[in-house]
Amino acid sequence: MLGMFQHSSPKSKDIARERLRMVLVNDRVGVSPHLLEDVRRDILKAVSGYMQVDEQHMEIALRTRENSVSLVADIPVQQVLRGAGPGK
Amino acid sequence: MGEVIVFTSGKGGVGKTTTTANIGTALALLGKKVAMVDADIGLRNLDVVMGLENRIVYDLVDVAEGFCRLKQALIKDKRFDGLYLLPAAQTKDKDAISPDQMRKICAELKEEFDYVLIDSPAGIEQGFRNAVAGADRAVVVTTPDVSAVRDADRVIGLLEAGGMDDPRLVINRIRAEMVRRGDMMDIDDVIDNLAIHLLGVVPEDEVIVVSTNRGEPAILSRSSRAGQAFRNIARRLTGENVPLMHIEDDAGILQRMARLVGLGRR
Ligand SMILES: Nc1ncnc2c1ncn2[C@@H]1O[C@H](COP(=O)(O)OP(=O)(O)O)[C@@H](O)[C@H]1O
Ligand SMILES: [Mg+2]
Repeated sequence: MLGMFQHSSPKSKDIARERLRMVLVNDRVGVSPHLLEDVRRDILKAVSGYMQVDEQHMEIALRTRENSVSLVADIPVQQVLRGAGPGK
Repeated sequence: MGEVIVFTSGKGGVGKTTTTANIGTALALLGKKVAMVDADIGLRNLDVVMGLENRIVYDLVDVAEGFCRLKQALIKDKRFDGLYLLPAAQTKDKDAISPDQMRKICAELKEEFDYVLIDSPAGIEQGFRNAVAGADRAVVVTTPDVSAVRDADRVIGLLEAGGMDDPRLVINRIRAEMVRRGDMMDIDDVIDNLAIHLLGVVPEDEVIVVSTNRGEPAILSRSSRAGQAFRNIARRLTGENVPLMHIEDDAGILQRMARLVGLGRR
């Protein structure tokens, strides 16, 4: 019974909405070249209270798959600060 | 002192000219003094949609270049008190006018009129920049399809980057029965993606084609759903709180009344 629903093709408007969402994610990143730079800076700011990281080798990017876009950050950690945390 | 509102979209053929003509006429019928400016230089249309194509003597470029005074180029629509058209030039191209010249013309029109409506060309180049240069506010027109909404998003970004915050959205050519059967994006799908306030929703309506054939705005037809939608939008522009009409509800907006905000002067 369940299979009947799973196999019915999705409504075209749902396909349109998803395609629109993906297109807008990519367009908005594409038209603001500083966006990823700003995200990078803010991530650094956020983690700096907890650990020392290798800024030079930090990588941040958007990875697009068929149905999703992920923000992928690869940040080498050099040292975790002892007893660090917010409000310290 | 009046208000300059630009109707723009990015994508062509979504209904900017139709919207400008109908809202301009509706505002005039509400007793406002209205100037409609066709900023689509080289592809003038608003004169034909309004049925005023035989009355053109001077155009926007003539005014910008000082060949005539603004008053000489304004065509008075004899059918509607207080309604005027400043036509585009047909034989020049978009570079024939600059944003500075446009700002000056808008400033002069604002002295005289309650509303100055600018019909923008498609695209995001020079013609678009001219059209928005003198505007206080923007209305972005889209249809419920991926490419039109995508272009609308780009235009909203450019408007905001240019310091024009809070542009409002008109969704045109909604077909309630297609929305119901799941074959057309509904109002929420569009609004959620664009994150912008809704000014109104205009259904697909054959009356638009008939009235464009005749050169008489659809708002004159009492039975036209699109005409009704445009009359409602005009009242919202004046600051009146007009709820969405039923056809708009059908398209999935029932819960979203709160999002509807007028564009009245404050
Ligand atoms: N709500 C509507 N219902 C039916 N036809 C419409 C509607 N809105 C616009 N049209 C038609 O779509 C075409 C493009 O409209 P137009 O206003 O010229 O778009 P734009 O100025 O954005 O290029 C015209 O032929 C017009 O009559
Ligand atoms: Mg047009």
